[in-house]
Amino acid sequence: MIKRFLSLEWKAFFRSASFGKSLGIKIFMGFLSLYFIAMFLGMGVLLFPGLKKVYPDQDPLLIVNSFLFFWIIADLVLRFFFQKLPVMSVKPLLTLPVKRSKVVNYVLGKSAVSFFNFLPLFAIIPFGITLITKDYPVTNVLVWMLALIIVVLIINFLNFIIESFSAEKELSFLPIILVAGGLYALNHFDIISFNNIIGSAFNAIYHSPFLIVVPLLILVVCYIINFKLLRQKLFLDSGLKTIIKEVNTSNLEWTKNFGDIAPFMQLDLKLIWRNKRTKSSVWMVAIGLLYGLFFYPQPIYQNLEWFFVFIGVFSTGIFLINFGQFIPAWDSGYYKLLMSQNIKYEQYLKSKFTLMAVSVLILFVLGIPYVFFGWKILLAHFAAAVYNIGVNTHVILLGGSFNRKKIDLSKKAAFNYQGTGAVQWLIGIPLLLLPMGLFAAFHFLIGFEIACLVLVILGVVGIVFHQKLMKTITQKYLDSKYKMIDAFNQNN
Amino acid sequence: MITTSNLSKKYSGNQVLNIEALEIPKGQSFGLVGNNGAGKTTYFSLLLDLIQPTTGHIESHGVQVNKSEDWKPFTSAFIDESFLIGYLTPEEYFYFIGELRGQNKADVDSLVSQFEDFFHGEILGQKKYLRDLSKGNQKKAGIVAALIGNPEVIILDEPFANLDPTTQIRLKNIIKELAEKQGITVLISSHDLMHVTDVCERIVVLEKGEVVKDLATSAATLKELEAHFAN
Repeated sequence: MIKRFLSLEWKAFFRSASFGKSLGIKIFMGFLSLYFIAMFLGMGVLLFPGLKKVYPDQDPLLIVNSFLFFWIIADLVLRFFFQKLPVMSVKPLLTLPVKRSKVVNYVLGKSAVSFFNFLPLFAIIPFGITLITKDYPVTNVLVWMLALIIVVLIINFLNFIIESFSAEKELSFLPIILVAGGLYALNHFDIISFNNIIGSAFNAIYHSPFLIVVPLLILVVCYIINFKLLRQKLFLDSGLKTIIKEVNTSNLEWTKNFGDIAPFMQLDLKLIWRNKRTKSSVWMVAIGLLYGLFFYPQPIYQNLEWFFVFIGVFSTGIFLINFGQFIPAWDSGYYKLLMSQNIKYEQYLKSKFTLMAVSVLILFVLGIPYVFFGWKILLAHFAAAVYNIGVNTHVILLGGSFNRKKIDLSKKAAFNYQGTGAVQWLIGIPLLLLPMGLFAAFHFLIGFEIACLVLVILGVVGIVFHQKLMKTITQKYLDSKYKMIDAFNQNN
Repeated sequence: MITTSNLSKKYSGNQVLNIEALEIPKGQSFGLVGNNGAGKTTYFSLLLDLIQPTTGHIESHGVQVNKSEDWKPFTSAFIDESFLIGYLTPEEYFYFIGELRGQNKADVDSLVSQFEDFFHGEILGQKKYLRDLSKGNQKKAGIVAALIGNPEVIILDEPFANLDPTTQIRLKNIIKELAEKQGITVLISSHDLMHVTDVCERIVVLEKGEVVKDLATSAATLKELEAHFAN
């Protein structure tokens, strides 16, 4: 049976409609994993001699044990964001003579062979071998290694338990951040010293190998909980019986002030507010707005004037970037309707433009308090905002005409890369690097004020030629109409 | 008047549609039948300029649909669920379509209120998004939305599929009423020979993309169609 499941997945992978298209991303991921493997391998090999050198009078194994707590927390948080339970389309299997438990065991078993679980091995094994060559007792070291591997698997399954409770909600990442942060804080302020507890637990396992039963039991419990959770999901009604919330329809009459683009503005606002993924891009705005606070309070950045522009473009343009990069894929679900309706493409695009431009204005105004860190920052932000409105809005709309990836609005929000293609990577160059480069160049050659002026002038030129630019952009969209309809029609 | 000339559509060398000539006079209720893959949806998609013809073209009221967009104001369609906007309530969806077609809220309300029977109390005032409605109810909303704004050409792909018997009968009445009105051309496709002979004045049978039968509906049409598809 497992062989059949594997062959099903093999086919799903190679026969998926986007197989060729997403190959680039896969190769990129491949290189990334090689990089991580190398890092971990290096850590595993160098850890023992390194620790010996820095702390000659301490046992490296004990030091490692005392740091395990931090690794567990970090691993848990990272996995929450990047590791997903393997998906399998189970619907067709439900009516076939396949035991539900078999499907569940298969899915869980498959999750155990994830890259995330292999990665630590590259550090654990060389470190263990070093220990053995340094005359540590072989059985104890092996058991210690085994304990670590079990912990890796516990983290693996614990992550899915956490995910299954917090998924499908907005801001699903808040609880894990709070819990991890809380544990870290408790530890940091010596209220409960988790790293001592975990450290001595591993010391104990090292000294009395039979204690390995404890992590093993925890693992079994985690597995069983996962098994139960997943089994419940294997009934169709759990998928069908989604709670349907009553809808509050809001009256968006004020959009009428924008004239003939009003219907699209209303549609866009509803799009943003009523779908998880778009809604989360609104939350991202808060993060973008506060982004400057990471840098400006630090004295090093006070004199890095060219850097102000980067923060400026980013913090006033966060909504523009987040929302704009997926135009028109946001509407991919009903693109055929729009294309057969009595609409003017220009109005459709103008509504998006207006939203983005207004967002830049609002974000700039909200960012005015940055003046506290110096008037130069405000000036740079102003220049960046004008540049965003005049240039970046047009650039991102133009980039949108190359979008060929569908977005399924019903899917979850955080860390969803659906719809991401080469366009989204390439668009970053003119969007962020170009204004930074220009600014840096003029700043270096002439001075800060002139550099700001250059960005403002570029922005104003963009605004002046707005109508003309929109005409060209609209034509680009019209030219790729059939390709977009076709692409948005495909699944995956 | 919808004139099709030399129209063909190929997908990587595979011919899926080939219609040398087909004229649909203004005001006709026109039925398209054929087995799966006969080219019904392809024809409608070409008519709506959603795909590009390999050769030939369609003219709707004198407008070549793949050259100009002037056919849009008098044409409306419901092909499948991708014509719905999932995150709107049915009312909002109707108003949105209405606005695109130059109708104010009152116009839309008065039109939609004629279909209360058809909706069977499951569409209006439900405070649900379209994505949360059942397939059948989504279809009802989509079909009614296609009637907003006094279109002269109405295209419905498989309107009877997924509907319950009561609604099918009500839909037949709606289509018949539309056909009686002067100047409205209704194009529907269907797998249900009985329904389609009931509501359409003319039935065209497609087979592997080609027109194999072109019948003016009479008492004998249903028998003839059944005999044709039995072979």
